Amino acid sequence: MLVPVVVEVTLRSGIADPEGATIERALPALGFTGVSAVRAGKLFQFTVEAETEVAALAQATALAQRLLSNPVIEDATARVAVTPHS
Amino acid sequence: MIRIGVVVFPGSNCEYDAAAAVEDLGATAEFVWHSSNDVARFDGIILPGGFAHGDYLRPGALARFSPVMEAVAEFARGGGAVLGICNGFQVLTEAGLLPGALQKNRGLTFLCQPTTLIVESTNSVLTRSATRGQTLSIPINHFSGAYTCDDTTYEQLQANDQIVLRYQDNPNGSRGDIAGVANEAGNVVGLMPHPERAMSTLLGSADGRVLLEGFVRTRVSAV
Repeated sequence: MLVPVVVEVTLRSGIADPEGATIERALPALGFTGVSAVRAGKLFQFTVEAETEVAALAQATALAQRLLSNPVIEDATARVAVTPHS
Repeated sequence: MIRIGVVVFPGSNCEYDAAAAVEDLGATAEFVWHSSNDVARFDGIILPGGFAHGDYLRPGALARFSPVMEAVAEFARGGGAVLGICNGFQVLTEAGLLPGALQKNRGLTFLCQPTTLIVESTNSVLTRSATRGQTLSIPINHFSGAYTCDDTTYEQLQANDQIVLRYQDNPNGSRGDIAGVANEAGNVVGLMPHPERAMSTLLGSADGRVLLEGFVRTRVSAV
């Protein structure tokens, strides 16, 4: 089966996020008030051919940790996409 | 004659400066394409600055899987002298040959300017010819140069004397003002500033010489 997967990569808690901080500082000037704790991250979409969704997720998790994220500063989570990737 | 291999990835752009600096110091430099898997013939290896593999994903993230990096890791395990400058530093951290990681600069600004560095440790192949406490004027040229690591790693770096260079005026948000670190043995070193661009007072500073002199004389000094 072809399993559509989404991997989210976010900075580990406690790691400074200059991108998120810059976005947060810009928001009040645009009229968006009350927004805090902005963190920037990355999202990857791909399709994995595997026997089961569990096997597909295991492979996606492995490659997310090996390549898509730097475990020194980032966490990666993989999930099956609700709808196929376009 | 000391032979230094200068690794060239697609997107490297400081390899000629690095080679010129090495040759100016009386050693020979040879370019090593990233698909090569043999660096055993060299006395030292430099990973130069640039944008290896376009810096896609993260700086150094794709370069670390180039075939040459397995050879470099093997060379380092055998005690060989390895120096990563700027993008080369990022590659070494991604490859796990040096602790920590390089993040985007504080303020998200690309920085290209002279910096003043303080020699914190002479216990590395890069700083062995320098003096502890010595200040050096060496330029930086990077977007992702903020050195980051967790508390445990930082304590280990300090305890093992692995912080080799600090910025006098932290330009990029690096933890502990760190500009360069070494591995525990001191034979693998990475730094964001460019000593190969500080080889002549005509070009602003010759302070990179004391660092690279130490590096190219590693074999002689080590005997």
